[in-house]
Amino acid sequence: MMKDQKLWTWHLAAGVVIAVFLGLHMLTMHLDALIPIRALNVASEQRAIDWANVVARGRSVFFAVTYVVLLGAALFHGLYGLRNILLELNPAAGLKKLVGAVLLLAGLGLFVFGTWAAVASHTLAKTF
Amino acid sequence: MLETKGRPNRLGLWGWLGGGRWGMERYLYTLHRVTGLGLLAYFLLHIVVTSSRAFSQGAWEEAMARVSGEIFEVGEYLVFLAFAFHAVNGIRLLLIELGIGVGQPIEPVYPYRTSVDVQRPLAIGALAVAAVIAILGTLSMWGE
Repeated sequence: MMKDQKLWTWHLAAGVVIAVFLGLHMLTMHLDALIPIRALNVASEQRAIDWANVVARGRSVFFAVTYVVLLGAALFHGLYGLRNILLELNPAAGLKKLVGAVLLLAGLGLFVFGTWAAVASHTLAKTF
Repeated sequence: MLETKGRPNRLGLWGWLGGGRWGMERYLYTLHRVTGLGLLAYFLLHIVVTSSRAFSQGAWEEAMARVSGEIFEVGEYLVFLAFAFHAVNGIRLLLIELGIGVGQPIEPVYPYRTSVDVQRPLAIGALAVAAVIAILGTLSMWGE
């Protein structure tokens, strides 16, 4: 088991990655009306969530790769943060291990699922 | 050999939320946790909902229709506000972790000063930046 000091360092590093990529994500999805960036929402006359923009972003390797990086960083940062909050309640040693195992399995499962979705949507977008 | 069993969090949930008579940083800590948990809950659902784009246009549009409406718009807005605070406050915490903005060590001479006094401008600055991002998001989402 990795020492908590190392995990904490990864937690901070993941936070920096999230700040960059989630910032870009928010710029694309939520600030598009105020700060429109043509490269992020190609079909600029439409909303960010309209299918034309989803396909345009889906075709981009940059978006597919950054999506997976953001997915991994955010899952680790969020679930490790949740683990720390739960462990502050001082559960018994067995329960501590169980919490860690459940969160690890949930994180891995969601990462595999999200990565599959990113690759499959990239493949689908290229057919349009 | 000296043994320690740590300091149990006897306050439980109240220990998470309640700061007692502490400074604003203690409440920023509470808000950081609350927004973090909110963002995590949203993010887990977000992974599932947005994965519909991998199936077809119909599946995507159906998923988007399912999460449209005023309640979801307000929810999404709250998520944006949580993001603005959590991200900027997180950067503040990272700077403090790296020893930036905490001041130099000083001798404990009366009248005592704490590092928290030195950190206060950073906290206020972080809140100001978060407020600017929140205002930009508000204008973008509700300004039409």
